[in-house]
Amino acid sequence: MKITEQEVRSVATLAHLSLDDAEIRRMAHDLDEILTHIDKLNELDTSGVEPMAQVLYEAGETATLREDLPHTGFDNETALANAPLSGAGHFKVPKIIER
Amino acid sequence: MDLSKLTIAAIRGGLAARRFSAAEICAEALRNAEAENQKTNAFLRLCPERALEAARRVDAKIAAGEDAGALAGVPVGVKDVIVTRGVTTTCGSRMLEHWMPPYDATAVERVEAAGGLVIGKTNCDEFAMGSSNENSAFGPVRNPVALDRVPGGSSGGSAAVVAQGTATVSLGSDTGGSIRQPASFCGVVGVTPTYGRVSRYGLVAFASSLDHIGPFGRTVGDAATLLQTVAGRDPLDATSAFAPVHDYEAAIRQNAGGMRIGLPAEYFKGLNSETGDRIMKGVDVLKSLGCEIVDVTMPHTEYAIAAYYIICTAEASANLARYDGVRYTVRSDRAQTLAEMYEFTRGEAFGAEVKRRIMLGTYVLSSGYYDAYYLKAQKVRALIASDFARAFEKVDALVTPVSPFPAFKLGEKVDDPLAMYLSDIYTITGSLAGVPCMSVPCGATPDGLPVGMQILARHFDEPGMFQLAASFERAGGFTV
Repeated sequence: MKITEQEVRSVATLAHLSLDDAEIRRMAHDLDEILTHIDKLNELDTSGVEPMAQVLYEAGETATLREDLPHTGFDNETALANAPLSGAGHFKVPKIIER
Repeated sequence: MDLSKLTIAAIRGGLAARRFSAAEICAEALRNAEAENQKTNAFLRLCPERALEAARRVDAKIAAGEDAGALAGVPVGVKDVIVTRGVTTTCGSRMLEHWMPPYDATAVERVEAAGGLVIGKTNCDEFAMGSSNENSAFGPVRNPVALDRVPGGSSGGSAAVVAQGTATVSLGSDTGGSIRQPASFCGVVGVTPTYGRVSRYGLVAFASSLDHIGPFGRTVGDAATLLQTVAGRDPLDATSAFAPVHDYEAAIRQNAGGMRIGLPAEYFKGLNSETGDRIMKGVDVLKSLGCEIVDVTMPHTEYAIAAYYIICTAEASANLARYDGVRYTVRSDRAQTLAEMYEFTRGEAFGAEVKRRIMLGTYVLSSGYYDAYYLKAQKVRALIASDFARAFEKVDALVTPVSPFPAFKLGEKVDDPLAMYLSDIYTITGSLAGVPCMSVPCGATPDGLPVGMQILARHFDEPGMFQLAASFERAGGFTV
């Protein structure tokens, strides 16, 4: 086993994702299969290989820097338009501090 | 007017000769789309008012003798992971079922500035995660060529609306094959340009180092014209490239004679024999055009899927953290605390495949595993990119199959996620290297299922890629 149901539960907590018991069982099975396939990477010696985080091609080093000029963003109403719950110009969430 | 036969050039000619107006094309496209959708479920939403208004602008320009733009009067489908101001953009997810974006994606803005008519938003796998379009929360798309089969994914709707003739062209997105594979399954042209060639501003993020926007069309020329319209630097996407956009229309007029084409041995193993037969017939067409066929080797190909599913899930787990129950319309009714708000909202609104990828991505990035998984995968990605760099020292383009098999039946693979991942083998490598690649139709199996041939070229050599694809098309390669 590459991953246990207990580990699946702790990863779900890290991901802020509620999963029911059936989902946990299924997830453990699926992730186990995928992680077993991923083990294949250990066949490759990658010592001395530079990791590739982004597609690289020829470009000047500061090519993406732009002038720092102010511009107009969304107004408050637009920014809140998709909020499930808002009030007084803010997003509202369940209370986290007891007075 | 038979919209399913009209190319962009034919629409331009018809408008100029006043054989029809943009408003007439638009009304016809919307009528077709509504009828076809009963069969295929390819559109999630039509936007008639927006499209008709765009059509009226085109007709007014033509009446005034002004240039109405490269896409004037052309019906365009837009994948529902690309945001449209005031038109819901669901990403095929319950999470965004009612989300109304406050802005347009740069690609959408450019399509409309060129006179294109955005007629609707196309169905897709949830957050573009899938290879069959069966992961949409709003039901699968059926392949217009064979209604009991999948259209491929994740841009299944964008491929289907072009194949069924309701849109002339469409925009899709590709992270590991999500344009090329559905193009091959539906028998249309699908292009994944060089990473950074098209702005990702307004493309809902899945895996940012791999996400691309690209065009579908029924001809190479139509796909090239749409790419020409949307390509180019955008200050709103820092990864969009400064490289000048070449003249693709000039490129497709060139013949491919003398081009050196590499066939990588690794892409012809484990292939369904009917697919392999078609691809080799396609290679014969390339030979008859005067291309030189060269055997090449890409030794790290077999590691691509493992590296890809680490990188894309890691990036997805970070990108999808934003769906927290605060900003995007949906929040669980059961949540009492802040932590429950996050957990229940995400648990209720994400589908199975999205949860699987968030979990895998969170796992590979979790404390103690970073070096073994994410860092290792990035190094393997570098080795795969170096396979391409070496191959392109010897050849101008690579030709391979797109998928090991043609469109499969709905439900056939849905219970085996690993098998579904493994079917992405031929498209994932190009995505990891960030090179331009495309699928062109290459005949059909004896059952009449389309087969797609993949062409891959050097970074920013879309002209070479289109030159080869258009020569292939002119020589009858699409129906070998």
